[in-house]
This record gives sequence, structure tokens and C-alpha cells, in this order.
Amino acid sequence: MAALYEGYTLCGLTPSQNLSNSGIQGVEPERDSDHVVVTDSRRSVTLFKVSDQKSLSSWTVKQGQTLTCSAVYNSKTKEYVAVSDSKVIRIWKEEDIHLDKAFKATVSSDIWRVHSAAELEPVVLFQTGAVRFLDSLLSAPKQPIEDVLAQEEAIRWSTNVVTESQQLVIFTTEQKGDNFLYLQRFNPNTLQKYRLEGEEPGLSPLSFSASYKDKHIRLVYLYPNGHVYQSIVPVRGLGADEGAPALPLPRSLLLALPVGEGLLEAASAQVLDEAHVAVVGLPHPSAGAGKDFLCIWNTNFQTLQAGKEMKGKIYGQLWGYSNKLFIPHGKSFSVIPYECPKSSLASALGKLRQTKTEESKASTSVPSWNNILHEDKANPSKTVETRKTRTTRKSQSAPSLTNDQIMELIKTASVAEVQKEVEGLLSRTDVQDLQPSLGQLAAALVSRSLGEEAFYTPSILAQLVQTRCLCHSMCPDLVLLALEKKDYFLCQLCLQFFPDIPEAVTCACLKTFISMPDSDAEKVNLEPESISLMETLMAGERDPVGLQNGFSPATNDMDQAGGTEAEKKETTTPPEHICPVGLHKGVLLNEVLMTAYSDFFLLPHLKDLSPQHVVLFLRYLQFLYLKYSQDAFPQMHGLRSPTLTQIMDWVCLLLDAHFTVLAMTPEAKGLLHNLHTFVKSQVRLFSELGKIEGSLHELNKMKVNKDIGQYSIEVIELF
Amino acid sequence: MAEFKVHRVRFFDYMPTAIRAMAFNHRTERLAVARADGALEIFNFADNYFQEKVIPGQDGRAAEALCWLGQRLFSAGLNGEITEYDLENLRPRYTVEAYGGPIWSISSNSQGTLLAVGCEDGTVKIFEILEDRIQFQRNLDRQKGRIISLCWHPSGTLIAAGMMDMIKIFDAESGRATHRLLVERGVGASKSREVVVWSIVFLSDHTIISGDSAGKVQVWDGLTGTLVRTHLVTKWDVLALSSSQDESSVVAGTSEGTVVQFQFLSSNVGPQDKEWVRTRTFKNHSHDVRALAHTDTAVVSGGMDTQLVVRPLLDKVEKNTQESAMRKIAFPHRSLVCCAKKAGLLLFQFPDHLELWRLGESNGHGSPGDSLPVKRKPEKLIQLKRKGEDHISCSAVSPCGGWLAYSTVSSFRLYRLQNNTISVTKVSRLPKDLRSAQQLCFSSDSTKLFASSCRSSVLVVDLNQSDCKYLHTLRPKSGSSQPVHLLCVSEDGKWLATANTDCLIHVFNLDKLKLHCTVPVYSSCPTAIAIHPTNSNLVVVHADQQIFEYSLVQKEYTEWSRKLQKRGLHPLWMERDTPITHIAFNPKNPAHIILHDTFMFCIIDQNLPLPEAKTPLYNQMTLRSLPESERIMHSHAFKICKHFQHLLCVRLLEDHSLVVVERPLLDIQSQLPAPVRQKKFAT
Repeated sequence: MAALYEGYTLCGLTPSQNLSNSGIQGVEPERDSDHVVVTDSRRSVTLFKVSDQKSLSSWTVKQGQTLTCSAVYNSKTKEYVAVSDSKVIRIWKEEDIHLDKAFKATVSSDIWRVHSAAELEPVVLFQTGAVRFLDSLLSAPKQPIEDVLAQEEAIRWSTNVVTESQQLVIFTTEQKGDNFLYLQRFNPNTLQKYRLEGEEPGLSPLSFSASYKDKHIRLVYLYPNGHVYQSIVPVRGLGADEGAPALPLPRSLLLALPVGEGLLEAASAQVLDEAHVAVVGLPHPSAGAGKDFLCIWNTNFQTLQAGKEMKGKIYGQLWGYSNKLFIPHGKSFSVIPYECPKSSLASALGKLRQTKTEESKASTSVPSWNNILHEDKANPSKTVETRKTRTTRKSQSAPSLTNDQIMELIKTASVAEVQKEVEGLLSRTDVQDLQPSLGQLAAALVSRSLGEEAFYTPSILAQLVQTRCLCHSMCPDLVLLALEKKDYFLCQLCLQFFPDIPEAVTCACLKTFISMPDSDAEKVNLEPESISLMETLMAGERDPVGLQNGFSPATNDMDQAGGTEAEKKETTTPPEHICPVGLHKGVLLNEVLMTAYSDFFLLPHLKDLSPQHVVLFLRYLQFLYLKYSQDAFPQMHGLRSPTLTQIMDWVCLLLDAHFTVLAMTPEAKGLLHNLHTFVKSQVRLFSELGKIEGSLHELNKMKVNKDIGQYSIEVIELF
Repeated sequence: MAEFKVHRVRFFDYMPTAIRAMAFNHRTERLAVARADGALEIFNFADNYFQEKVIPGQDGRAAEALCWLGQRLFSAGLNGEITEYDLENLRPRYTVEAYGGPIWSISSNSQGTLLAVGCEDGTVKIFEILEDRIQFQRNLDRQKGRIISLCWHPSGTLIAAGMMDMIKIFDAESGRATHRLLVERGVGASKSREVVVWSIVFLSDHTIISGDSAGKVQVWDGLTGTLVRTHLVTKWDVLALSSSQDESSVVAGTSEGTVVQFQFLSSNVGPQDKEWVRTRTFKNHSHDVRALAHTDTAVVSGGMDTQLVVRPLLDKVEKNTQESAMRKIAFPHRSLVCCAKKAGLLLFQFPDHLELWRLGESNGHGSPGDSLPVKRKPEKLIQLKRKGEDHISCSAVSPCGGWLAYSTVSSFRLYRLQNNTISVTKVSRLPKDLRSAQQLCFSSDSTKLFASSCRSSVLVVDLNQSDCKYLHTLRPKSGSSQPVHLLCVSEDGKWLATANTDCLIHVFNLDKLKLHCTVPVYSSCPTAIAIHPTNSNLVVVHADQQIFEYSLVQKEYTEWSRKLQKRGLHPLWMERDTPITHIAFNPKNPAHIILHDTFMFCIIDQNLPLPEAKTPLYNQMTLRSLPESERIMHSHAFKICKHFQHLLCVRLLEDHSLVVVERPLLDIQSQLPAPVRQKKFAT
């Protein structure tokens, strides 16, 4: 999971009066990842050391002059390049104090921007679309600049892309509502023109972001309607000559983000890596209509990975350099470090997801933005069918309420009424059909329940979760709500069916489960299958007293620490073989064990558990481990059960998180000793296995040579 | 298309024997190979390395050295005799006692007038070569210690002899030893052991090259008697040397199984400044390389591991052609298995005995790929030891399983078998013409026996209940003196076809007992012939892998054969390096021809289109994966099965099941003695 970390302010802002513009013109990388050059929209250029939140130097042009493009750092010559009043190129070094005394050159045409990349000659892009290398331009500043763009065509955005062998300049233009992309190559100089596919009329992309990989430029752009598109532009030319008509640029929808009311005005999308896009200026899907959020979305899985509220107005500006996002908001200019670990299906769905459940999931539908929003496009054959059924249904259920009506209803109506209507809706309609609205439905229910103490509809929520169309990102508060309402059945369902529960929530569940008294737990209704698993596990206990009414007094002993050790030794069963928790508690804990997690993110949350709970949980894990390893029990019933690796991983995690505390806790001593002996025996076993690994590999490699023997009668067929 | 029940037989313990000596005749391009059991094999290098002649061995006669003299082939062995071979009748012509104890080497002068043998008693004996025999001429000065190796100087005036610890140069005229070259012993523990000069080469510039038991290849100046250079090649023995005809290259075979090449090259300065440089090392043998021959384009080596390896020198041949491919000849190019297809019997021919086996039975049915349960195991019915000291040259069992015949070079034996009671009765009164045979064959109704004898003639013998009667001798008009190596009779008993090593194929009409026709001569030797049971077409496969079909009725090549020649055979078919050794027909489907070599068996369906050069020849796997309807589009006439390997025999029994006799090379290798110990890594 990607994460946004605590940000800090780089500097204050002096936005323009009407707050239309942040006052920041551009942010450019300097000598290393920790330095940036920030150009404000008027007169000054400032060099920052980011980690120190400190400005190192600042340069200002004379009153009356304005900087018209962001200053860039030419790492080749260790000089800064900026343009004032569109025509004057200024070049200075860090030790220069007065910009006015620095080198100046006036060119014959208006400059749009200067682009610079590490160790490469800066490139000057004119507003006419012409491109020059800085050094060749400076050698003859007054050289004529040709017009590349048409009369009413204006550059909207530009950047340079550095490939293995060359640098390219790409820029987008707008002409009478049409958008074009230009790709300028050097050596030989070629210019390729692409036409961007039009979105709804009148909509032009709000922001662009380009990245390069494998000889292709990946262009990601955001439209005011929240659609994020991706276009892949090949770096190698198609051989089209100059003046050829613009090629259509194929695009694919990456994300369709919720925009709240109206269209977006100031928003920006920035590519972070192949799978992640940072978006600013859009509402958080679960936090109302406010658009002041910075979010990271996974484009592969269409999931929200991290979100952060930015105080103050969002200007729709966003820069990203070396794992830091630079964002002006309100009256401050913030730096937010982020992290995008390589995402995989395993980490998205959770590495501990059992294959069995994955299979069953595959048959049901995984919520996907593409399906939700572009169902028609994605699989037209299917929709024909569903449309037919939908129309028939509509005609049948004319008196019943539509989705929107139900949504309204949820906000106001009584529990019974809501229950009736939603159940009706669920029973009426095909779940696949409903999928887009289920999330909204659930979110609405949850927000009402959170707001109104008395309002809670456990059965409907359970039903919704069981459709398997929901995920945590769609209604992030559902699990916590269930915990609050002590609806452990719903918790179980969520843990079971949500592929993307954050580690913090998993941990909260674990904390609640482990700390709740067994007597409470036994009252809970849980999924029968998981109970039967636990029953089989606990049936192994030979101590009949320990299982009265499914309640094990042993657990109390554990909670109250080691005083009863002596007693236990007298019984025939060693203490490790008695389940330290009650039946239902075990079931819930199993559910936690089976959820997906990433240890990196789980570990900090695990530290919140109290030592007593850790000991109890460890005892339970040890019990499971012994059961599994002794009785050769695992998965033989075809029930959903934690795997041995899951159990071991959790043991390791718990020990990692609490080792020092446990080492000093007297009651944990025996437990740790036991675990130590396990580990020792395991290590010994593995080292022995390691010794014969080579031979075993060879065995595997050996061709299964059938022993033919001296004589056999076989049947062959020739074709 | 065709489903077969296959009897997969691996109980034929065929074991080839080690190669002791070889001699290459550059003029006729024939390689003579002597094996440890005394057998002699002639390979025709001009005809795809076809093993055209085999002279069976004899107890106690193992050739230690071979020597060609024009077309004549001489051998000498540790029994102290010199033997000349009759290559037309495939037997020793005469033997001459040298009276010098065991003979270690034999060498003729380049003029072809004298033969020198090196004897255990220290003498080099010179024999004069006469028209029809050899005659002892004189001894050179007798030395102390045995003469291990010999080589004439090309001028014929000098002889170099390798001995223990030394090399002597003799003046062939006077018989005096003119030089004594002392060969250094090995270092260390072998210091106390005499060094044996195993092999020696005398070049026309008076350079002597020797290979010895201390692992050295030494270059000597024969004029001054000085050592020029020593190459330490191995820790073990250098057993064989052979030089190319132009004397620019010498190869040495070692006990480690390697062959090391030395070339006479100018190091850097001028063409005058040439020296013998070690250039290449080949490792194609697991055991001692006992014999070597240096042809113009290749190095031929053989030794304890029984395989004959032809390793082309890549600077002498065109790269990536069939000529540049290495050949390993591990199996004989003739069949040692005879199958009684009506009785389900297999006759295995060993040099000193015959084994008759009855195949097992299974009543199960299975789908392709299955192994069926064996209801009755195969059993060895008879093991018949030969009489006399000559090894068996050919054998046959009649299709009904009632007769068994074998021949050595000196005797012929016919047995009556009673299968039910397993009794063997020797037929005592044989026709007196039937003394020896090179090929044997029974008619399909088991009433006639055909035995090929001298000058390509075939004896026809009539068999009835218990005795046999001479009927006729079929003689071809051509008067070729070469032996018949293939014999086949048609199913209906009307035709008999013979093929000899002159590439002549004669067809006799057995009703009229006279020659019917001679098939147009093709340049390559036939390796298998068969007559189609229904349409009487003769199918011939040659050593160069060509296939012909000749209509005996029309006396011309059939339409299919012409088509095949016009289209040309598939390149992969032509690249196979073992000859087709047997042809059979499928009575169920007359368009099917079944043939096999060592690595595959093939059913040619004459009704199907011939494969184009670009279509894959081995397409059985592809066809298997295709649905039935598409197969016909992709299938072609050659249906090749490589499932069984190292095939010695593929026959179709009368119940339409196939018999394949496999002899995996690994089984042979596992029975070889341990090779010399070599240090490998940490052993």
C-alpha cells in the first residue's frame, strides 16, 4: 500500500488577491534530491534545501520586470536559467547575488518555457512552438524563430522527457477547444503531432503528467469530470513527415474519480510510478464534497491507497520529485513525502489471502471502476442481456423505489422502513447490476449510523457485505462502525470479504477481539462454517472439564497469569494443548489471521496491544501451531482456515513487535521458552533439509524414467 | 491411423567387442576394422560409411595389426600368424606362421612389395608379396626385446621399429640397425617401468614420431637420431598414431579416450621453419583409443568402448554439411535378429551361440501409450552353442519356427525344431554343396532354404519333414565376384532377390529357377531389400538413404518411385546417419512400408503426399495434438516413431503386432570394463 507521510511546510505563500493563483510558478529539481528551485509568479527565485525547510539563497529581478517561466538549473554548467518578460534569458550562478548583473540575452520571440534535465543541454520552447537548444540560441540570440503552431493555437503545458539516448520535448496545445500533443525529437529534429480524443465538449485537460518507460512516453491527464486518461506515445517516430495531419492519440481510461458536485476547477494528477497516481483537488470518496484532498490511487486495482486533507484552498498545482510531493495550498507550500511500494495483486489483495477464497472470488466480480463506469464499453455482449432484464424488471417493479429514492430514504427514514426498502431492492435486482450503487448505499447507511446513535441496520449491512461487491475503500467506516456496535458477525464478514482492509483496522479488530471477555464472545452469532472448524480444533482437547458449554476456564487462568501453573501440570494434557480462548473468540481471531496485511504497516499498530493480550494471543497461536503440526490437521476439512504459514507469520510479527516487553514479563517466560524450542527444532530440521536440498533438486530434475525392464508389451499409435 | 501392439524386447544382450586395429585404404576408401574377437569389418567411406563386409572371427585369432596392400588385406596377431583375407568370400584366405612368437605389428613398404612384421622375439621379419601368397624373405638384425611397432620410410629403404625403451632404425637393404633412439621413461613411480613405444610413424623427411606408454608423443630426427620435441599428452599411454597422407598432420590416441592432433605448421617466421605443434584434442571415447586412421578429411578412431568414431576435421570439410557431422558407429549395419513371424520366435545371433526366444503374450487391450499386462513372459527356448572355432557368420529361423540354420565360414548346420516339446534335431545329411553360406533365408512357407555362397550364387534347398534336398543353384549372369549381403524371398515364393556389395540386385524367378531381371545399378550399396507381397514391387533402400520401388512385373521403377525421386527425399531423412536395415510390409494395408534404422522406425504410406522439404518430417507429436479432422491435412507419407531407440530389429508378426528389439547404448556401456582412472575435481 502506498502511504502519504506527515508533511511539512517549505514556505509561506502570498497568493493573489482573489485566491485564483498560488503565487508559485514552478518547482524544479536542483543539484540533488534534496534541493529545489522555486520560482514565484512575480519576481523571485528561491533555492531550498527541502529536508531543512530552509531557503539557501534567493534572487529577485528588478521591480517592473516579471519572471515568466520557472527557473531551471543547468547541472552541466551549474547555472540557473530563467526568463523575464518572456524575451530576456537570464543566466546566473549560485554565488551571484544580483540578478541584474548576471548574464542577459534578449531573443526575438516569446519564450514559453526552458526545460533542463540533468547533464543535458537546456532546451528553450517558444510560444510559437519552436524549440532551440539554449547554447545554440545564445550563440545567435536574435535568430529568427519560426511559427510552428497555428494562429489561435496556444501551448498549455510542456515538459521534457529524457530517454536512454536522447531528450524529447513534449507539449500540449489548445486550439478552439481541440487539444493536441506535440512530440519534438532532436537529431534529427522531427515534430510529431497528435490529436487528443475529445472528452465532453468544452472540457480540456486540467493537468498533464508524463513519464517514460521502455521506449514509450506515458502521458496521464485529468479532465474536469474526474476522468484520468492514459496515452502511450512511442518515442520512436512513425516516420511521418512534417506537416502531416495530426495522428489520433489512442487513450485508455485509467481512473474515473468521484468529483462531487460540478466539474473540477483546480485539480492535478501526477504520475508517481507505473501503478500509482497522486491526485489533488478532488474529494475523498468517503469524506463528503470537500475537494481539498491529496490522494494516491492505484491505477491497476482502482483502489484508493492513501488520502490526506490539505488545509486551505487547493490551486490545482502539484509537483513530485524524488518521493516528495510539493503542493501549494491555502497560504502555505507543503512538502509531503510519500511511498509507493511495488504493488502487486498479492499486496493489493493481501498475500495471506487463501487461494481457495481467491478462486471463489474470481467467480464473483471484483469491483472495478472500469466495470462500474464503462460497463457498456467493457463487455457489450453482457449488457445487452442485462439491459433486457433490467427493462423487464423495471416494468415489473414500477411502484418500488429507484436507487436515488432509496438513497434519499436512507438519510431520513426509520430503521424498519430503510430495511424493508433496501432488502426489497436487493431481492429485486441482480447484484451484478446493482454493483455501482451498492457502495453508495453502504456508505450512506454507514454515515447515517455514525451520525445517529439509534440508527443501525446490521442485517442489511451483512447482506451488502455478503454480495462481495463491497470493499473497504468504498465504505471505509463500515468495519469501525461494526466494532463500535459490537456487531462481530459483520466484522467477521468484512474481514472475510474485503480484500483491502488497512492494517490499522485489522489491528483494531484484533484488539477488540482479544480483549473482549469470552462470555461476551459466546453470545455472538458467527458464521457456522468457521465455528465448526474451531470445534474440530478444540475437540482434540481431552480435558472434558475444559469444555463445559464451549467455555474454557483455562483462558481465565491465563489471563490471571501463572499462579495456576502447578495445577495445570497435574492434568494429563500439557497446557499448550488447551485452547487459551473460547470458541467464538477463536473464530474471530482466525478471521484476523486470515486477513491480508503487509507486515511493514501492521507492525506499528501491533505495538499498541497490551502485554497480557499479546501473551494470550501468542498462546492461542501456539495452540493452533501445535494442533496443525501434530494432528496434520490443516485444511483437511476443506474449511476456510488459517494456514500454517499465516500462523507462523503472525507469531513472528507479534514477537517482533513486543519482544522486549515479553522478555521482561514473567508469565511469558514459559511461552517464549516453548517457542524458542520450536524454532530451534525447526532450524535444525531446515538445516538438515538444506543439506539434502541439492540432491532433492536433482531427483526432481531427473527424467521420470519408466523402468521398461527386459520386456513389455505396449500399444503405440502412429498418425 | 495405425495402432500397433508392440513387443518391446530388451533381452538381446548383444555386446560388440573392442576395436583392436584399423587400416584405411586411401585408394578404395575402405576402412578395415579388427575387433578383439577376431572379426573384421570393412566400411566403405565413399558410401556413407556403410559396413559392407563382415568377416566373422575365430577363436584364438585376434588381429593385432592390419595392413592394406592394394586391394589385399593382411592381418597379424599375437598367435604369431599372418593372415590374408578373402574379401570376396568373407573368410581368411590363408595364414602363414612367422615363427617369431606373437606378432605386434605389420607394415608394408609403399611400393607394395614387402611386408615387415615385428615379433616378440625381437626380430623384424620381411615377407615378399607374391601374387597369391606371401613368402618369408629374411630377418633384420635381431634385437633384444620385442618389436612393438613398425613403420617403413616411404622410400622403402629404412624401417623404424618401436621397442621397449627405445626406437631402432633399420636399413632395409642390409638389415642392420643404423640408429638407436632412447626413449625416456616416465617420471616418478613409473621410472622403474620400461617404456613401451606403442606406435611409430616414419615420415618422408626422415622425421620419426613415436607414441609411448609414458604418455609422450616425441618427434625425432631420423637422420641424426636426435630428439626434436616431446609433447606430454597424457598421464597414461599413447596407444596409436596415424599420419595423414600429405604428412602434415598426425593424430595420437590415448588411454584416456582422447585423440590429439599434431600439425606440421610454421610457427611464425617462414615456411622453412615448420614444427610439429599440438593443435586439437578430441574426446569421443570413454575408454582407450586403440586404433586410429587419418583420412583426408577426418580422424577415425576406435577402441575399448567398441564404437567407431569418424570425426571430420573442420578445416578439411565444408561446415554445416552432412560431411562435417560426427559419426559414431555403434551397431552393425546388418541384422543379428531373425524373426519367425508365424511362430512368434526370435533368433538372436551371437558370435559363439544362438538364442531362440518365444515372445510373451498379453490378452489385454489398451489405448495408445499403455503398457499391457504380460500374461505369459517371454522364454528362452534354446541356446545353441556353435561347433568348431569359427564364429557364426549368419543364421536364420524359418517363419513357422520349425527350422533353424546357421553357418560359419567352414561349416553349415541345419536343425529341425519341435516347438511344443522344445527338441532340436540336427539334420545330418546335408547336400554337399551346402558347406558354408554368407546369407540364409527361408521361404515364407518354410519349404525352401536359400543360402548364398561364392560369386553371388544362391543355393536352393528343398525342405520336407525331416531332411533336405539340393534343388538348384541360382547364378547371376553378371559374374560379379562380390558376396551377397542381402537375400529376400517374396511372400508367395515366386521371387527371390539378392543384393551384393557391387550394388547389384538380381531377381530370380523361383518357379522357373532362373534369373528374372537385374535392377538398374545404383551407385550406393543397398542396405535393405524386400518384395511386396501383393503387387510384387521390390523396395530397395540404399546406404545413401535413397528409396526405390521397382516393379518386377513391368521391370521398371514404379510411378511412386519416380515421384519420390522427382520430389527428392526430405533433407532430414537424408541426414540420418544409420542405414535402414530392414523393410517389411503391412498385410492389412498394402500401401504401408515399414522400415527402420537404429534410431527410428518409419511407416511409409504410399497413398499420402510426400513431405515437402519445408514441412517437418518428424511430425507425430504435432499430429497427436491435432483433432482427427485436421490430421489429414498435416500428415505426410513418412510416419516416424522415435519412441524406441537403438533398434536392432523391427518386425511385423503375423498377428499384426510389432516386435522391436532394442539394445540401449547405455546397457552396452555399462558392461564395459572400467576406464582408466582420471582425476576429476576432488575425487
